[in-house]
Amino acid sequence: MNGSKLPKITFWRALLVVILAAGFYSTVLRFVKGLGASTNLSDQFPWGLWIGFDVLCGVGLAAGGFTLAAIVYVFHLDRFHAVLRPSILTAFLGYGLVAVALLFDLGRPYRIWHPLVMWNPHSVMFEVAWCVMLYLTVLALEFSPAVFERFRLHGPLRLIHSVTIPLVIAGVLLSTLHQSSLGSLFLIVPEKLHPYWYSPLLPVFFFISAVGVGLAMVIFESNLSARAFGREIELPLLAVLGKGMAVVLMLYGILRFQDLVARHALVHLREASTETLLFVLEIVVGLFLPMVMLFIRRVRENREGLFAAAVLVITGFLLNRLNVSISGLEFSAHAHYFPRWTELAVTLSIVGMGFLLFSLGVRYFNVFEVHAPSAEPVVARASRP
Amino acid sequence: MSKAILVDTTKCIGCGACATACKIVNDLPLHDSEANKQRPAKSCGADELVTFAQSHGEVGGKLSADTLNVLQTYGSVFVRKFCMHCQDPTCASVCPVGALRKTAAGPVIYDADRCMGCRYCMMACPFGIPRYEWKSALPKVEKCILCAPRLAKGLQPACTEACPAQASIFGEREELLREAEKRLRENSTGYVQHIFGQQEVGGTSVLYLSAVPFEQLGFPSNLPHDALPTYTYRVLSKIPNLVMLGGALLGGIWWITNRREEVARAEKTEKRDSKLETGKSKLET
Repeated sequence: MNGSKLPKITFWRALLVVILAAGFYSTVLRFVKGLGASTNLSDQFPWGLWIGFDVLCGVGLAAGGFTLAAIVYVFHLDRFHAVLRPSILTAFLGYGLVAVALLFDLGRPYRIWHPLVMWNPHSVMFEVAWCVMLYLTVLALEFSPAVFERFRLHGPLRLIHSVTIPLVIAGVLLSTLHQSSLGSLFLIVPEKLHPYWYSPLLPVFFFISAVGVGLAMVIFESNLSARAFGREIELPLLAVLGKGMAVVLMLYGILRFQDLVARHALVHLREASTETLLFVLEIVVGLFLPMVMLFIRRVRENREGLFAAAVLVITGFLLNRLNVSISGLEFSAHAHYFPRWTELAVTLSIVGMGFLLFSLGVRYFNVFEVHAPSAEPVVARASRP
Repeated sequence: MSKAILVDTTKCIGCGACATACKIVNDLPLHDSEANKQRPAKSCGADELVTFAQSHGEVGGKLSADTLNVLQTYGSVFVRKFCMHCQDPTCASVCPVGALRKTAAGPVIYDADRCMGCRYCMMACPFGIPRYEWKSALPKVEKCILCAPRLAKGLQPACTEACPAQASIFGEREELLREAEKRLRENSTGYVQHIFGQQEVGGTSVLYLSAVPFEQLGFPSNLPHDALPTYTYRVLSKIPNLVMLGGALLGGIWWITNRREEVARAEKTEKRDSKLETGKSKLET
């Protein structure tokens, strides 16, 4: 943020302004003219980019919050405390933006509260709606200490510290439920989703890959914010997360392979189709390459190597979610879908808002803690005059 | 006591009266703008409806928010497509707000006032039936509701009422199944020996008979005989257990790791204390 970096920042700011302007136009179009005028959605493709990317990927990419909360509070690996709060902030903003994306995608967004009073417990979507609402509340509470510290509110701070553990456990449970349920959403389309991706184990795959990508996102963000805010990177800590990621990827890979074999889905590899290309890309880029990289110590403990592995895992994750929600359905829909530019503009604006809000959060609250946690770390510090 | 429709595609003459009658009773625009000007009112009598539908039949087109029943041609065979009114409907199961519902009388109906427009029903429907009002700023889902309001008055659906060839007939599902089986038995060479809708996705309230394989008429051939909602409920029903076990497990892990840390902390202070003790005694000696 000093003089020498000014040109670069201006470029990013200019880009953000262009994206937000396009996003504003698209927003007006969406709410005045409806979904038909602002999207390439159709009766054959009722779900597109806003569900496939903004919701499915958004929720997954925010999984670092619950993964780290579990690592720090439940498993008591206190040294990871240093990267916890940025992950909680990312998760909170991520889920908030998922809700914003839903307001764009729902045909009648002003009825988003309907699942609160109109129940259908047989619907996966109903369960996801409840979990996401509750978890957003949990995340707000988990981030609230930063806000209370800022305004020196000692009473609420003590109160929130006394319920940290139940709060974290509730957050982990809610995340487990809805991360997996996003996969369960597609259990109902056995005849529509390509055999590369349809599996009775979809909820399990969605959960494990969310944990993996959650860790990748922590590494990814730490790198970016180290660059943006001129901070020291927590490399030894992140290398350990990389180790964990390698294990998660291996577990996922074994389960996925077993399942593909059991369902005789690998025979489709003989077909030279778009699906085969996307499937191979997803497995090689998102699973095989980063797993091998992370098992090599020299790569894992190298800043660039670790960052590259995290980027690969994130790319593979995005591919997987888009394959399940869009590409894998094309063959049965007998239709092709590619987002309209206005859909892309809204999505990019939402991502841009995420970056903007994160940097504001970092500027106004104590997000990057460097102290080692003691019995009551934050209260002690906040009470200093 | 559930009502159903039997469509015998071998009897269909392709007049399109079903499609037109559907548009009249649902107040939807006809393709032919001339015919649209002469159309009878929604509340017209049976004779007027049937006469108009049979003389202005609509053939071709696609299902849309304006067309809930469509008469399509596959080679030389005419098939009408509309909601199958599943016995255990996928759409009703996936709807988070319960806007879609199977009634005891047979129809799967839609309550537009509950719908928030997530379109999961459209994603999930194994027959690809529900349509959306994409052009509207306040859209609704549209699909055939088996003329539920007419059924409530003791009438039959407009489409079967208008059919001049008895290709679509209305009745109790059990009776229609018996009738279909009878036709298959009596003409074993004239029909594919299969009643489409008897077992597909747990059975539907619209049944089809055909002389050619059903996949040649655009029907999905890979449907399981299980009702699709069982696939998701199998997972959803495990949630309460998962929450309890998961909560206990996580709580337990915390209890152990926390205890371990407390012990470590206590040992540290103890060590320090004992060091102090030894230091003191050294000083004393």
